[in-house]
Amino acid sequence: MSGKVHVEATLNGEQVEFLCEPRQSALEVLRDVLGFTGAKEGCLTGDCGACSMVMDGRVVCSCLVLGPEMQGHTIETVEGIAKDGEKLHPLQQKFLEHAALQCGICTPGFLVAAKALLDKNPKPTEHEVRFGLAGNLCRCTGYDKIVRAVMDAAAVMQGR
Amino acid sequence: MATVQEAKFKVIGTRPIRHDGVDKVTGRAKYGADISLPGLLHGKVLRSPHAHAKIKSIDVSAALKLPGVKAVLTSADFPKLQSGVVPMGELAMNPHYMSMNLLAHDKVLYDGHPVAAVAATNPHIAEEAIRLIKVEYEVLPHVLDAESAMKEGAPILLPELRTSGTPEKSDKQTNVASQVRFARGDLEAGFKAADVIVEREFNTAMVHQGYIEPHNAVAQYNPDGQTTIWTSTQGAFTARDQCALVLNIPASSIKVIPAEIGGGFGGKIGIYLEPLALLMSKKTGKPVKLVMSRGEVLRATGPTSGSHIRVKMGANKKGEITAAQIWMAYEAGAFPGSPVGAGCMTVLAPYNLENLQIDGFDVVVNRPKTAAYRAPGATNAAMGAETVIDELAEKLGFDPIEFRRINGAKEGTAQPAGPKFLRIGYLETLDAAKNSEHYKSPLPKVDGRLVGRGVASGFWFNAGFQSSATVNINTDGTANVVTGSPDIGGSRASCAMIAAEVLGLKAEQVHPVVADTESIGHTDMTGGSRVTFATGYAVYEAAQDAVNQLKQRAATLWKAKPDDVVYQDGVVSCTTNGHESMTLRELAGRLPRAGGPVTGQASMTPRGVGPVFATHVVDVEVDAETGKVDILRYTAAQDVGKAVHPSYVEGQIQGGVSQGVGWALNEEYYYDENGLMRNTGFLDYRMPTTLDLPMIETILVEVPNPGHPIGIRGVGEVPIVPPPAAIANAIYRAVGVRLTELPMPKLKTLALGCF
Repeated sequence: MSGKVHVEATLNGEQVEFLCEPRQSALEVLRDVLGFTGAKEGCLTGDCGACSMVMDGRVVCSCLVLGPEMQGHTIETVEGIAKDGEKLHPLQQKFLEHAALQCGICTPGFLVAAKALLDKNPKPTEHEVRFGLAGNLCRCTGYDKIVRAVMDAAAVMQGR
Repeated sequence: MATVQEAKFKVIGTRPIRHDGVDKVTGRAKYGADISLPGLLHGKVLRSPHAHAKIKSIDVSAALKLPGVKAVLTSADFPKLQSGVVPMGELAMNPHYMSMNLLAHDKVLYDGHPVAAVAATNPHIAEEAIRLIKVEYEVLPHVLDAESAMKEGAPILLPELRTSGTPEKSDKQTNVASQVRFARGDLEAGFKAADVIVEREFNTAMVHQGYIEPHNAVAQYNPDGQTTIWTSTQGAFTARDQCALVLNIPASSIKVIPAEIGGGFGGKIGIYLEPLALLMSKKTGKPVKLVMSRGEVLRATGPTSGSHIRVKMGANKKGEITAAQIWMAYEAGAFPGSPVGAGCMTVLAPYNLENLQIDGFDVVVNRPKTAAYRAPGATNAAMGAETVIDELAEKLGFDPIEFRRINGAKEGTAQPAGPKFLRIGYLETLDAAKNSEHYKSPLPKVDGRLVGRGVASGFWFNAGFQSSATVNINTDGTANVVTGSPDIGGSRASCAMIAAEVLGLKAEQVHPVVADTESIGHTDMTGGSRVTFATGYAVYEAAQDAVNQLKQRAATLWKAKPDDVVYQDGVVSCTTNGHESMTLRELAGRLPRAGGPVTGQASMTPRGVGPVFATHVVDVEVDAETGKVDILRYTAAQDVGKAVHPSYVEGQIQGGVSQGVGWALNEEYYYDENGLMRNTGFLDYRMPTTLDLPMIETILVEVPNPGHPIGIRGVGEVPIVPPPAAIANAIYRAVGVRLTELPMPKLKTLALGCF
């Protein structure tokens, strides 16, 4: 155990504390230490966005953050998007209604990035959605249905 | 579309929410890398830093001494196998070569070729340990492309390889694994009859499927000789049988549990990690997990072939293609097995031709062994043929769609490979493209903008193979559908919908399950666009079987003859004996006293595979200063047979187009002069992002497959075939240059100074 760092952070609204090696990434901590496997590893170089998490309101690739750097920060992952056991978040619901996922491996990252986008810009244009999601790769869908789902979710959340 | 048979379906053709959807939008779905077990060890693979080298020695002693290291594996741990080909679904497998690809034997044949593996208590220790393995190499000359590998004096990869398919048997060492020819008619007379002849050469780069989820495997070996493997695979049975072959152990000693799979596109049919995990679990007595990095995926899994293609075609003033001659050499990678045969059989399939000759060569080169990639072999070939056809049409003054229509294949047309088509929908896709709002709209014209519109078509066979399905009636009158087809993009939903249609239930009342290799009959891989066709067919038959049993059970309760019982819309009724009726829910509750549970089953190898065609229209803009190509608008018309869940059919088309756009404009394997791959990450292996694509319009043309009870053909693969050619044709219309390379060379276009 020697050499491990003690870290305290807020994860999806809950206080968490854990021990991690200094070389472990936040992605590894989420998945292997805390058991939150919603964030996926696609590249480990920050190019695919499958491991996206929100850190203090900003979307970051958890593979590019070290575990100890989570100290004192507020982290949100896909597991925290739905606040209610009975109901999905509108983004999740619209992803399902629009068939905006095929294999689903990129979906958590897209949802995290899309939620961060709508939190900042509740009425994005198509281009703004595309710009906001350009850090996330999807190989199955050609993005068409993802962009439509996010636009539709924005409309629903605006009560339109 | 006018071709749609107005059907009486209640569930098929609707758009329910997929059954596995909630798990996938909440992060709960378990993919292979998400599997964890008590005492889990983590493995890493040491890979070749050379394109071609002899392994003189491997010293693992320092690695074994590192605290936390539990096992080291080399090819010495694998059984020696005979060379020979074993058929396995879409791909023929050679166990000897498979073994050599899993861990190099005496030579490494490409950058990234696995050499040794380590299992340790955590992945970082395993990573450190592989760096402690000392390998002494004798570097050999390498060869990277098919044309060079075919030349006299080229470095030989596999000393025992002899060309198969030659008219005369040769005992010469070679890199040409096989050659194939399809020919008919009189080529010379055909070219003589032509008013215009176009001849061009093409080079296309090796590209990767680019699934976002890296390969993974977890194996747990038990002392009784039984092993459980969790892996993200396109085929649990295919993975099991390959492991058994390569390790020379009984298939029944392995259970493969297919985890959720994060994309495959053909690339997750072969195995890379499973036998390594199994052997290291056997050595350590602990479960072992291996997950590839992105660099490993790119360097050492199975991309698809780069190719060199020569096309010569002639046509007369009436717009009839009088002769076609095509020559193509495909890079197989380090071991035989490129999709050149499929390239030959698909390249001219959309056309009715009297005189043709197609030659294909499968060539080994110092690159990773290729694997299937969405309509394997067809996209490269279509880039050649479909751009030459565009040029013929232009030179003869025909609209490109009209020119294709004059020559288009229909029911009764003989394919280049010989067999005649049954009912197909190629002409319908041409009409749909021509009548689309897109094709009827003028190109956006703004001063100084270089815009152009291109058209191209594509063909894919689709596949049948073996599938099994079970339909269990639940006590509440709903049903569970069990199949062995990993769900890579919505096939749980399509299978459930087919069962729901037959049982008269709602899609939501049928629960689809993807089973492991011990819980369902043999089922071949998810590939060849076959799942909704073949597994769907098995589900259809299994649901019919359940209906027959339900009728018998009702007849028992009513003391009637089964023939007098009718099942419709989830209600059984008796045509005699008091004309009683019962809902499925009521009957399900009474099954314990009517003969017991109802389980419908079917296992089959369906014939009646329905081939598909696609015609795409694209508008591009070429930046006059940088040569960058933007896709302004894209429309894909495709014969889909019958769309079971139209949203996921559209999704398949949009995804195929997106991969085709990447193949056309950006993606390529880039090797340096030492034969080492230099773009081993997503930053440099550049796949399309949200900003590279517009919305992709789809037109679902439904020409039912006469070989399937619901008319299903399979839709996943053909949409990748037309995009590169369509984009090349559009670029030509924009700037007047015919591009013949993939990815299309922006800077070179510019250097021509043509605009």
